[in-house]
Amino acid sequence: MTIKNGIVPAKYYEVSYKKSNLITNLLSLLGKIKKHPTALIGMLTIIAYILMAVFAPFISPYSVKYSDLSARLLPPVWSGGTWAHPLGTDQVGRDLLTQIIYGSRISILVGFLTVLISASIGTFLGAIAGYYRGTVDTVISRFADFLLSFPFLIFAVGVMAVLGPGFWNLILALTFKSWVEFFRLVRGEVLEEKNKEYVEAAQALGRSNGAIIVSEILPNIFQSIFVLATLRMGYMIIMEASLSYLGLGVPPDIPTWGSLINSGRNHIFDAYWISTLPGIALVILVLSINLFGEGLRDILDPRLKVEGSE
Amino acid sequence: MYKVPLKDGVLDMENGTFIQIKNLKKYFIEEPDLLMKLVTKKKKRVVKAVDDISLDINKGETLGLVGESGCGKTTLGRTIVRLYEPTEGKIIFKGEDITEARGEKLKEYRKKAQIIFQNPYSSLNPRKTVRQILSVPLIASGVKDPHEREERIMYLLNRVGLNYRQMDSYPHEFSGGQRQRIGIARALAMSPEFIVADEPVSALDVSIQAQIINLLEELKEELNLTYLFIAHDLSVVYHVSDRVAVMYLGKIVEMGKTEDIFFNPLHPYTKALLSAIPSIDKSKRRERIILEGTVPSPVNPPKGCRFSTRCFVKKGKMCEEEEPELKEVEKGHFVACHLY
Repeated sequence: MTIKNGIVPAKYYEVSYKKSNLITNLLSLLGKIKKHPTALIGMLTIIAYILMAVFAPFISPYSVKYSDLSARLLPPVWSGGTWAHPLGTDQVGRDLLTQIIYGSRISILVGFLTVLISASIGTFLGAIAGYYRGTVDTVISRFADFLLSFPFLIFAVGVMAVLGPGFWNLILALTFKSWVEFFRLVRGEVLEEKNKEYVEAAQALGRSNGAIIVSEILPNIFQSIFVLATLRMGYMIIMEASLSYLGLGVPPDIPTWGSLINSGRNHIFDAYWISTLPGIALVILVLSINLFGEGLRDILDPRLKVEGSE
Repeated sequence: MYKVPLKDGVLDMENGTFIQIKNLKKYFIEEPDLLMKLVTKKKKRVVKAVDDISLDINKGETLGLVGESGCGKTTLGRTIVRLYEPTEGKIIFKGEDITEARGEKLKEYRKKAQIIFQNPYSSLNPRKTVRQILSVPLIASGVKDPHEREERIMYLLNRVGLNYRQMDSYPHEFSGGQRQRIGIARALAMSPEFIVADEPVSALDVSIQAQIINLLEELKEELNLTYLFIAHDLSVVYHVSDRVAVMYLGKIVEMGKTEDIFFNPLHPYTKALLSAIPSIDKSKRRERIILEGTVPSPVNPPKGCRFSTRCFVKKGKMCEEEEPELKEVEKGHFVACHLY
C-alpha cells in the first residue's frame, strides 16, 4: 500500500492498533510471574492470607469474642487435642485458630497501609527533591538523615509511648520513619533519570515540570518503587508484631499475632503452641512477601533484562 | 535596544537574519549546598561554558558548529533552544527577542525551534511507545483530534523512513539509527522552522551516519528548515554546512563559509583541528599539527586569548593579556586572533 499525504486506508488502523494499558501490562506481568516459581508461590500464599483476612468471620470456627474458661490450655490436634479446637486454646480458653485468623487482619492491614502511605509520601518528596535539587533537597535530605539515625523499633516505641495505643497511632508511628526508604530510592532514581535526554526533549516540547515528573520520569521508576514496597511490607508486618508484643500496638481487645505471642510467653514450656503457632503464621506471611518481592525484582529489573543494545 | 532588520520599512524575513545571538553567555554556577555554606567557607564555582558569543544564522542555511568536547558547543545549542537559561545576552528569533520568553510566548518559540539529541538511546523514554512519544509534540502544536493525530504520526514515521506499523513498539525494539529517526520525527512533529542538531550522528555507526545525514538534508530542502549542526566530526560538518563556526573554550574563534574555513583557515586552532582530518589521498594530507598541553578549565580560562596557552604561533605578551575580538578579515570570514 502507499501513503499519500499521510492518508492511510482505514482498514490498516486495526492492524496497527494495539492498545497498551494497565490491564494488558498487569496481564503480561502475571504471565512472567507464572514462569518464576518462587514468586508464584509467594503470590499465591499472600492471596490465601488476604482471603483469610477478608473472610475471617466465615471461616473461623468460633466468634472472636468467644472464650471458654473450662477449656483452657488445650493442646492442638497433633499433641493430643481435639478437633473442637484444632490448634488448641490459650490460657483464657480462646480458640487459637480463630485468634490467628483474626490476627491476620491487623497484620495485613497495617502492612498494606503503612507501605501505601509511606510510599506516597516518599515518592512525592523524593521526586521534588531529586528534580528541583537546591535548598528543598538539602532540607528534606537532612531531615531524612536525621530520622535514619534512630533505630526503627526504638523510634516507633517512643512515638507509640507518646501517642498511646490505637490503630491509626500505630500507622503513624510506623510511617513516620518508613517513608525515608522510599524518599531515598525515588530521589536517587529521579536524579539519574532527570539527566537523560528524553527529559530535555520533553522540556523542548514545552511540557511542564509537573507533567515531566509524573508522566515521563515516574513510569520509569515505578517498578523500583513497587519492588521496594513489597519488600518493606514484610518488614512493616514484623514491626507491627513487635510493637504488639510489647503491648504498644492496637488496643488489647483486637487480636494480633504480636499480642498472641506475648500472651503465650508465660506458658512457653507447658503450652508452646500459644506463642509458636502465631509466630509460624507470621513467618510464613513475611517469607512469602519477601519471595514475591524478590521475584518481582528479578522480573522487573531492566538491568537483568536484555533491552536492545543498551 | 536591538534594532529589527527592516527592508523598505517592512520586517525583512526572507533575506534577513533568521536568528541573532548577541553576546550570549551561559555560566553554570555550582553553589555549595546550605549545610556546606554554613560549615565551610567553600565558594561557588562558575563554569563559563559559553562566554560572550555573537553569531547570526540565516534562513535556510546550515551553520556547522565544531570544537572539541567540553568547549561549550552543546551548551550553546541548548541555550539557543532555551533548554538552558541564558546568563546574559540576547537571542533574537525572527526579529523577536525570546531571551526571557515565558509561558505562552516560550511555547510558541518551542514550536518553531526544536532539537535533535546526540544519544538516541537516552533521548527516547523507554516506557513510552512511539505513538505516545510522537503524540506529545502533536498535542502541543495543536493537533487535538486523535484521528488526525494518528494520520500525522503515520505520515511522520513514513517520512523519516520507518514503518508506521511499528508505532506501538517501544524504543528498545529499534536499532540506533531507527531510534534517531524517531527523534527526528519527534522534532518534526512540532513543524519547526529551526532545528538544533546536537551531534545527531556521532553515536551511530558510520554506515548509518550517512543515511541520517541524507535524511536531514532532504528534510531541510522539503520543509525549508534552518539547522545549527553541532558536531566534532569535521568531515560531516564539511558535507552538511553552508557556514562553519569554530569554538574553543566557550568562544567562537573563527567563523565563515565552509570553503573558507576548510581551505583557508586563519586561526591557529582551526589549522590544528583541520590537520587532524584523516585522508586516504596522500597528496591531500596536511602536516599534522600537534597541540601541546590540554584544554584549560572553563572555570578559570586564561587571560587574554584563550588559546594562548597552547598556541604555536603566538605573538607574545599581547596574546596573553589582551582578548582578541572577532573581526571580519575577509568578506564573511571572521576570526578572533591578534595575528590578523
